Amino acid sequence: MAAHPYQAQAKAEIRLSMTQYESLLVTFGIPLIFLVAFSLIKVLPLPLGITKSVQFLVPGTIALAVMATGMVSLGIATGVERSYGVLKRLGTTPLSRGALLLAKITAVGVIEIVQVLLLAGVGLALGWKPTGNAAYFILAIVLSSAAFAGIGLIMAGRLKSEAVIGAANGVFLILLVLGGMIFPVTSLPGVIADVAKVLPAYASAHLLFANSSGPSGSTTQSWIVLFAWAILAPLAATKLFSFE
Amino acid sequence: MASIEVQDLWIRYGSKEAVRGVDLTVEAGQIVAVLGRNGAGKTSSIEAIEGYRRVAKGVIRVLGLDPIGDRKKLLPQIGVMLQVGGIYPRMNPLQALELYSGFYESPVPIAELIENTDLKSCQGTPYRFLSGGEKQRLALALALVGQPKVLFLDEPTAGVDPAGKQQIRNSIIEMASKGVAVLLTTHELTEAERICDQIVVIDNGRIVANGSPEQLRQTLGHSTITFRVVGELDRANLSQKLGVDIEVVGEGLYRIGNGAPPSIIGSLSELLNQSGVELLELNAGKSSLEEIFLEITGEADS
Repeated sequence: MAAHPYQAQAKAEIRLSMTQYESLLVTFGIPLIFLVAFSLIKVLPLPLGITKSVQFLVPGTIALAVMATGMVSLGIATGVERSYGVLKRLGTTPLSRGALLLAKITAVGVIEIVQVLLLAGVGLALGWKPTGNAAYFILAIVLSSAAFAGIGLIMAGRLKSEAVIGAANGVFLILLVLGGMIFPVTSLPGVIADVAKVLPAYASAHLLFANSSGPSGSTTQSWIVLFAWAILAPLAATKLFSFE
Repeated sequence: MASIEVQDLWIRYGSKEAVRGVDLTVEAGQIVAVLGRNGAGKTSSIEAIEGYRRVAKGVIRVLGLDPIGDRKKLLPQIGVMLQVGGIYPRMNPLQALELYSGFYESPVPIAELIENTDLKSCQGTPYRFLSGGEKQRLALALALVGQPKVLFLDEPTAGVDPAGKQQIRNSIIEMASKGVAVLLTTHELTEAERICDQIVVIDNGRIVANGSPEQLRQTLGHSTITFRVVGELDRANLSQKLGVDIEVVGEGLYRIGNGAPPSIIGSLSELLNQSGVELLELNAGKSSLEEIFLEITGEADS
């Protein structure tokens, strides 16, 4: 019988992710509630040139879902595993660090595919008309996943598990407000809007919107910002991560 | 070739020398216990042998391999039991064993492991709801799943009830009988005495005793006589007449140590009788392993 450390770990990671009910509330529940509620109840401002809320909210809630999965769910789960000695224990088995990381990425990827299909499906049912470049849309999701997972793993690798839960949820809320996911950043005061534009949340939401829903102006700055976060956050996580 | 060979191991944390020149050999089929007070250097030594700690100096070989340089080759051949945790809190024993069996080429069948470690009744219970004994038995099962040639067990019976302890000890003895080298740490001296072929005592980063339980008792233990009396004992007078030191152990309980010859018993009994002190109880024998441990690690004074 051949050993399949990666397959075994990936299967376990997916099963654990899909049965972590409090985490599913953040990764599926909140984006879905925001999409449905604010598409039907017109209380939030919209970007210029957009008349239907759902057109703005589908890419925004997909960005929100990716952020919740990569940063909150992965960060908290990994932080708990670290504090319980799970990572240390796995380090004594033939499962390599690379295979462990790949298994975690696989689980995040599987959840994100389900999230995108669910939110896009609900969006279509609510009248979303997708337009734009699908390849860039997927690239933006991949880069967003890397950036948010990097941020989540930095917290998981340095803080105690209780602190990871607080920090991940706190950063999630801040980026939700500053990210232009539910309402456009143009609604924020000038200086705050400028700060928001160098954060991965805004870059992610902006690029997903630009490549799926409508006119958005130049995306160059957002691509630079998102690429930078997608490279630097995982690199920092690798440097700072402690398995014990 | 020994299963574990350690020569002149030194480990430093900053300016602190945690381990200072430890030598250790564990042969296939042998059970060796490393004993020591908290902070004595035993965990640092074991973790260096497992490949977790970088060493300042010394040579470590496990199955002839360098635990850090040859890690990839070594990990499929060893089993490790951590002192606490190390298992996903929401995973049940069956899921944990399924996961770990996927890591190895020839895993022990899960049903067999569950049977041997008595996990059947709790195989579907999440780890966080298991009792202390069930957690330890699962940790042992996970260490055994890959059919290891070397087992590292960190306090394998800590927090386990007496029946569970015996079960874990039986599993360890069975593994050793199959040729597995076992290196364990424990605070339970009776455990070390019962199941280990060799005991290594580490204190202050150095090995202060090394040998079989019997060898340690023979070489480091000494004769002691304890006795209990009713009535007022003139300890100074008795001590002078017998030519030995008598120390107070408890109320009415005294001990003659430092190699008291058994022949002294007759004189002791006679002198007590003459002074009208009633002798209630008298024991003579070699000091226990626990007494030896406390003496050589200086804990008897603390």
